[in-house]
Amino acid sequence: MPDATFLDSTELVLNMGPQHPSTHGVLRVILKLDGEKVLGTDCVIGYLHRGVEKIAENRTFAQFNPYVDRMDYVAAVSNGLGYCLAVEKLLNVEAPPRAQAVRVILTELNRIASHLVWLGTHALDIGAITPVFYCFREREEALKIFEKYCGARLTTHAFRIGGLLYETYDGFEQDVRDFCAMFGPKVDEYEELLTNNRIWVSRLKGVGILSAEECKEYGVTGPVLRAAGVKWDLRKAQPYSGYEKYDFEIPTAQNGDTYDRYIVRMQEMRQAVRIIEQAVAAIPEGPIMGKVGKVIKPAVGEAYVSIEAPKGELGYYVVSDGSTQPYRCRVRPPSFVNLQALDRMVRGGLVADVVAIIGTIDIVLGEVDR
Amino acid sequence: MADEQKPEGSEAPPPPAGEGAAPPVKPAAPAAKPAPPKPAAAAPPKAAAAHAAPPKPPATMAAIPWVSDLSREIKERFGDRIVETSTYLGQNFIVVKPDAAIPVMEYLKLEADFDYLVDVTAVDWPKRAERFDVVYILYSFARNERVRIKTYVPDGFKPETAVGVHLTANWLEREVFDMFGIEFDGHPDMRRILLPEEWQGYPLRKDYGILQQDDRWVQENLNIESGQ
Repeated sequence: MPDATFLDSTELVLNMGPQHPSTHGVLRVILKLDGEKVLGTDCVIGYLHRGVEKIAENRTFAQFNPYVDRMDYVAAVSNGLGYCLAVEKLLNVEAPPRAQAVRVILTELNRIASHLVWLGTHALDIGAITPVFYCFREREEALKIFEKYCGARLTTHAFRIGGLLYETYDGFEQDVRDFCAMFGPKVDEYEELLTNNRIWVSRLKGVGILSAEECKEYGVTGPVLRAAGVKWDLRKAQPYSGYEKYDFEIPTAQNGDTYDRYIVRMQEMRQAVRIIEQAVAAIPEGPIMGKVGKVIKPAVGEAYVSIEAPKGELGYYVVSDGSTQPYRCRVRPPSFVNLQALDRMVRGGLVADVVAIIGTIDIVLGEVDR
Repeated sequence: MADEQKPEGSEAPPPPAGEGAAPPVKPAAPAAKPAPPKPAAAAPPKAAAAHAAPPKPPATMAAIPWVSDLSREIKERFGDRIVETSTYLGQNFIVVKPDAAIPVMEYLKLEADFDYLVDVTAVDWPKRAERFDVVYILYSFARNERVRIKTYVPDGFKPETAVGVHLTANWLEREVFDMFGIEFDGHPDMRRILLPEEWQGYPLRKDYGILQQDDRWVQENLNIESGQ
């Protein structure tokens, strides 16, 4: 980073975080400024590093399952799904259709919950106080379903390797249907508050542009990539857990700026409702657990499995040495990789926009630091 | 690959089942080679026959040769710098000599549309001469296809950085350095990323205990006896 600042220099080094309400956790960004203009950044991360990958090597496959929830804790269900799919791939088993349908419902509910946290806090960062209350109100309904299903609201540990542990509770379908019916109009409500709001638009349009080419260069995935016009979503590209059965669109936008990312995520919430409605209308009967032994012991080998988490491509590269513990479990975290593009996005912009851009990448530091 | 727990040698089911099936492009090479990475692999190559019951799983990855236009092209172009092209559970990977990883990645990017570097990571095999696997996971949007590039490097070896080919490798390689102590040659900013810069030791190495920590760092910086 730059040398010391002198009074006769126009450059100023400003430290932002790690304790800062707009960094969504403990992220420290060192900003190099020329007046209001950002000349460069350096991200300091690792404050929440817990050595998840090391823990994995010292737990059995099943024991490690709850740990993954603690990475991206606002989308714990997605984390669990990715991990279960990866181990199932190594075991060469598939969850039964009923388990797959329930997995899709819960994962999509979690996508909505995750996007709601993003929307609320992002709007809050930019100065719109109201949306966060609305967002958390609706998120509560989704969390209630998680709670009734598995007893936990945030770190759910909802899935098991091979399928599900719990059968759905009585009235699960009705709760999910009620949520869908309730939630659709709520998205309109948020959009009414923000989409054409002059302050919102002028704070977001043209801010933090990342083109499709740059996204690929930086390995950026998820809504950020789609907002740059790339119609790519792992649920469509390489369907897992029965996503190929559902009819839904991949929302995209063209400019790759903060406003477009907002639009894409809003559309994604609507699409998630569509998926849930289809899934809940046709949950197949049958077992909820595949043919997985009590002791999970995959053959020697390795597999990389990834899913479309709310933040982007979440991958697990699991190596087995034939024992009951993973020999290596690498997590490919979307937040970590996407955060790397922050420098590119804020460079040349205004210091006030840094907050908007950190918000629009939608990072969770638990996942960045693991 | 658990080199030690190799079963009763010969009666283990033959790992590369597809060997006999695909004779065209010297597919025997990968398996027959006395490749140091997989010492156990060379042992049971009596292949072909043996429809044994499925008792003990093989002690090595039961990968089969990956034969496709792409793997052929790569082999032709890079010759013996490609150690093997295999597939396991439907996932393709190429094992290359350490100096070939970046050229292969560049070739794949420019000629085969593998324009997205998904991940860079490593695996530690302390008993092996080439101690680390360095693994690059690539994806092609145009082909909707993944491929892994693996290379085996000894401790202290500095593989070339991939930053020149994919910018995203910057942080990913820093993390590999942070966790395994593998330095990447030519990397623009080879610092630790998750751990503090003065931290001693590389946690994801197998000889780093799960309760181990840099006591001095913890005492000096956190003013506590232990972080445990």
